[in-house]
Amino acid sequence: MIRRLTDGLPRRALALLLLFAVVMALAPFFVSDYVLSVLIISLYFAFVGQAWNLMLGFAGQLSLGHALFVGIGAYTSAALFTHFGIDPWVGVVAAVALSTLMGCIIGYLGFRFSIRGVYFALLTIAFAEFTGIMVDNSAWLGGSAGLFLPVKNAGSIDLLNLRGPPTLFYYLILILTGGALVLCRFLLNSKLGLYWQAIRDDQEAAEAAGVPLFRYKMIAVAISSALTGVAGVWYAFYYNNLFPESTFATGRSVELILGAVVGGVGTLFGPILGALILTPLGELLTALTSGLQIDGIKTFFWGFCVVAIVLFRPSGVWPWLAGLLKLDGRAR
Amino acid sequence: MPVELYLNVAVSGLLTGLIYGLSALGLSVIFGVIRIVNFAHGEIMVMGMFATLVLFRHLGIDPLYCVPIVAAALFAFGYLLQDLVVRRIVHLPDYMQFLLMAAIAVMIVSLCLMIFGPDAQGVQVSYAYDSFQIGPLLVDKVRVYAGVAALVVSGLLFAFFRYTDTGKAIRACGDNQTGALVVGLNVRRLFALTFGIGTACLGAAGAILVLLIDVHPYLGPSYTLLAFIIVIIGGLGSLPGALLGGLLIGFSEALAGLVFQPSMKSAVSFGLLILVLLLRPQGLMGKISR
Repeated sequence: MIRRLTDGLPRRALALLLLFAVVMALAPFFVSDYVLSVLIISLYFAFVGQAWNLMLGFAGQLSLGHALFVGIGAYTSAALFTHFGIDPWVGVVAAVALSTLMGCIIGYLGFRFSIRGVYFALLTIAFAEFTGIMVDNSAWLGGSAGLFLPVKNAGSIDLLNLRGPPTLFYYLILILTGGALVLCRFLLNSKLGLYWQAIRDDQEAAEAAGVPLFRYKMIAVAISSALTGVAGVWYAFYYNNLFPESTFATGRSVELILGAVVGGVGTLFGPILGALILTPLGELLTALTSGLQIDGIKTFFWGFCVVAIVLFRPSGVWPWLAGLLKLDGRAR
Repeated sequence: MPVELYLNVAVSGLLTGLIYGLSALGLSVIFGVIRIVNFAHGEIMVMGMFATLVLFRHLGIDPLYCVPIVAAALFAFGYLLQDLVVRRIVHLPDYMQFLLMAAIAVMIVSLCLMIFGPDAQGVQVSYAYDSFQIGPLLVDKVRVYAGVAALVVSGLLFAFFRYTDTGKAIRACGDNQTGALVVGLNVRRLFALTFGIGTACLGAAGAILVLLIDVHPYLGPSYTLLAFIIVIIGGLGSLPGALLGGLLIGFSEALAGLVFQPSMKSAVSFGLLILVLLLRPQGLMGKISR
């Protein structure tokens, strides 16, 4: 198992990855609360970016509505917790089940009715916005006034109910991100991953070669939406408040995928690298300009980054950096 | 009488639908010819709305007279955007184009936010509260003017594509780009022209829309989605389809706001979109070819 995961990777890449993991694992002991919060958000974007990348980068299906799966995961677990006191470890099962179901519905409709390219992206947007409006009108889910999780004393760690200091959430999201990286590496090098890449590179050729398109696209959507649903549960318990407008909006979906795009669509380490570049840069910019009271400068900068990446380095930062560090293995 | 109420709402919905249709024409023209999906559509229109606001506030120009000015300004913007930026990425995969346009959209929203702030702002024209009475119908004057203006601009656009040489050349590029190159058309210039015409439609629609609703930076994304819904329902790339879709959405939104509740009206539009995507993905007036 371990051998299969590391096969084909150069030794220095493994060493660097190990170093990176150790630095990240020890970071909470050395950094300030503020830096820790930035790291937490970065890892969250890395994790969701990884899940989204699985669908577009591996299997070639563009979703611009991934905020939907975050939202379903978040709202399901939060509603179960606030209304029935069901702890998030049970809630996550329901949340993942629901977001996977939603992913499968969208996938089924899209792939069965052969809605492709921009139409498929619009289908995902439509479902996200539609769900947002439904939640907005649901009193049980807090409506537009928002859904709030009870905040108990943040000093002690209550692992069962997922209440505790930021460090707890840091390690949780770190484990999730690491797990997603390993899972994606494993999937990409399996037969499934090869089928996905065949579909991504040339759907007609893949079909002619006997790849069952529908089944493998469905698997990609299911895994991607399930992982994103997990991220939603984490999100709900970290932030303790949920608003339909900001949770399901298309702008949010775009924000979720920025890291993966900048890091490199279709690469394994791209989403992590992209999120770790963009989020701190955005925070830095906010901090630098906070005296000027200009709203929107951070988002302007994000937009600028993506335009620059698309124009000048469309394959992303990671392939370029990996080449620079001589990390290109047989498969990345 | 509830019948009169429904009739009034329906008429005002149809008039709003004309403006929606004009804005959707901008999206349809660009997609139909350049095959670029403009994800910054609503944001560019909001730019036009803010431009109109500035012209009205500082120079006292009526929004309706702003229509040609704003349309010309946004034509220049669209021309340059296509020629300097969009043209460079046509060889990349589709999703890269979407991402580029979405990123440009984010930049426009942020820029408007930095310049104008987050609050909703509107114009106050002298005829704001006047209305026409036709039998049992009572229609806002503003809405009638807005609807007629949208109709006039759309008519001009149709005439341009049908009767002028440039319009025909642009349609030729849309039908067969290689063929257009072979017969010696300057495709690069025509594409830039097309993008400019598309954004000029948005400028006109934005200037008219300021009469009806207050503008704020976050208005953009919802109008992008609305325009997509309209052109997909009408048929992406079909000009009459865009106008028809606009009328349909304006009408159904107005009625949905009355029958259910105002906050549900966009849910009805999204529902319609999902239905059309599944049952007739080429849209009501789209062609199946390609």
